[in-house]
Amino acid sequence: MRYSVWNLARQALRGHRHWQPAWRDADPAKHYDVIIIGGGGHGLASAYYLARNHDVGRIAVIEKGWLGGGNTGRNTTIVRSNYMLGNNTDFYEWGMKLWEGLSQELNFNVMLSQRGQFNLCHSDAQMDAARRRGNIMRAHGIDAELIDASAVASALPYLDYRDSARFPIYGALYQGRAGTARHDAVAWGYARAADQLGVDIIQNCEVTGYSFQGERVTGVHTSRGHIGAGRVGIAVAGNTGRLAGMAGLRMPIESHVLQAFVTEAVKPCLDHVVGFGASHFYISQSDKGGLVFGGDLDGYNSYAQRGNLPLVEDVIESGVALMPWLSRARLLRHWGGVMDMTLDGSPIIAPTPVDGLYINGGWCYGGFKATPASGWCFAHLLAEGQAHALTEDFNLERFANGRVLDEKGVGPVAWAH
Amino acid sequence: MRIRCPHCGLRSHAEFSYGGDARRQRPAESNADAAVWSDHVFLRDNPRDVHEEYWQHTHGCRVWLQVTRNTATHAISAVSIAADKSESPCNEDEQ
Ligand SMILES: Cc1cc2nc3c(=O)[nH]c(=O)nc-3n(C[C@H](O)[C@H](O)[C@H](O)COP(=O)(O)OP(=O)(O)OC[C@H]3O[C@@H](n4cnc5c(N)ncnc54)[C@H](O)[C@@H]3O)c2cc1C
Ligand SMILES: [Zn+2]
Repeated sequence: MRYSVWNLARQALRGHRHWQPAWRDADPAKHYDVIIIGGGGHGLASAYYLARNHDVGRIAVIEKGWLGGGNTGRNTTIVRSNYMLGNNTDFYEWGMKLWEGLSQELNFNVMLSQRGQFNLCHSDAQMDAARRRGNIMRAHGIDAELIDASAVASALPYLDYRDSARFPIYGALYQGRAGTARHDAVAWGYARAADQLGVDIIQNCEVTGYSFQGERVTGVHTSRGHIGAGRVGIAVAGNTGRLAGMAGLRMPIESHVLQAFVTEAVKPCLDHVVGFGASHFYISQSDKGGLVFGGDLDGYNSYAQRGNLPLVEDVIESGVALMPWLSRARLLRHWGGVMDMTLDGSPIIAPTPVDGLYINGGWCYGGFKATPASGWCFAHLLAEGQAHALTEDFNLERFANGRVLDEKGVGPVAWAH
Repeated sequence: MRIRCPHCGLRSHAEFSYGGDARRQRPAESNADAAVWSDHVFLRDNPRDVHEEYWQHTHGCRVWLQVTRNTATHAISAVSIAADKSESPCNEDEQ
């Protein structure tokens, strides 16, 4: 059923008793041409673009829990394209372009809100770094503006602009097309659209291993039995190490926990996405009014979807240093998600040494914005067997041959990216 | 999460800095095989289970510890001083 104002009116007149489920709850078939493990945004987007752009036969997405219950439903929903190394720049911008048409494409309102993002600078050195990043973005046709403190002050009047401020504001790198989107809607929109193209979405089905014929993957063992597959794609966010481990592979990845926070709803007070430059802190206000924010990783290997209190204190101290009025808001909830932290901080969309097995992972804490482009390019890889031009740099060999994409320049320390 | 430092007692993990997987063995300096080195620098076991890892008591006695911790539950089952634990404190080329 298409979602439209006419259908809404029609259903309203019929007492809302005739809406259809947004997707079928499929039971596993014996065999699929392509199986994607992981029903988060990336797995579902991959299945959708695979069905839409390619001709590969039967496709299934296998999810151990419910759709979007992983990081897709746990993130702070910031969408931007301000990267500067290798494929990162154009890849994330392709994602931004897909975001801009996504609600129409999926016939599902993903509530993209291009409210603009300010990355604040607090020193001359940070202004220089922001200028460099902005110039690289503009050379790639991406919107970026370096603005001075007075321009920041007119947009964000609630910050401290005195020279005596603890972290004086010199200016900001501003991306006007950046913003936020509704995380659940992204999972549900892709699921519904993929289902309409015939993709089977199988929930409550955990992958526990693979079957092989010689060197080639021939299917997956699951909590609901064996399912045969021509090709298998892994899109399981923080669990990539485990799913690769089941095939005997070691990954350039450590799993770490990242926390996020939301306050009680307050009247509109924060119109943009704001990133603090003197400490790791980013904040926006949701449509419901909650202030949504986050900061650093807890900083130790973890598969627990919860963090510890010292980090809560650390993030809130950073927030209050930037916006003292935040101290009066009451925290409603905080939670954690498990990140695939790669050793260079950039993602992996690549074939593996195992025939027929492909990986989409290593998204660190920036993978929500990547969802559409990641699905697009992973679908290409699964269909063609080789990387899409936008993701050639996201291979596994880069770690051995020195072509790492380390945007932050911190070296091979997973929790420092 | 709290870590029992053998010198200082049970302290908040905020006093400690993380040092990562303690099972990784640094190859000998004489090993010229680039693949061995890139595996050492970049690949991880990353278990969802018991993990041997280094922590330094940075804001306490500054000793390096080896901690046995479950990455699925954060439960710590053993703590020892890393220098006592390590089988080969120096790699084979030195001394
Ligand atoms: C607190 C937090 C804040 C974040 N903030 C941002 C942000 O502001 N902007 C941004 O761009 N990104 C952000 N991210 C990162 C972003 O959320 C992720 O990179 C992205 O959502 C990953 O999507 P995914 O589809 O790969 O993973 P997920 O949504 O986690 O989906 C993976 C799925 O795989 C399933 N799975 C795992 N193992 C198995 C198995 N054995 N069998 C079957 N299924 C399995 C899981 O149940 C899960 O549903 C944040 C993440 C967190 C945790
Ligand atoms: Zn101590």
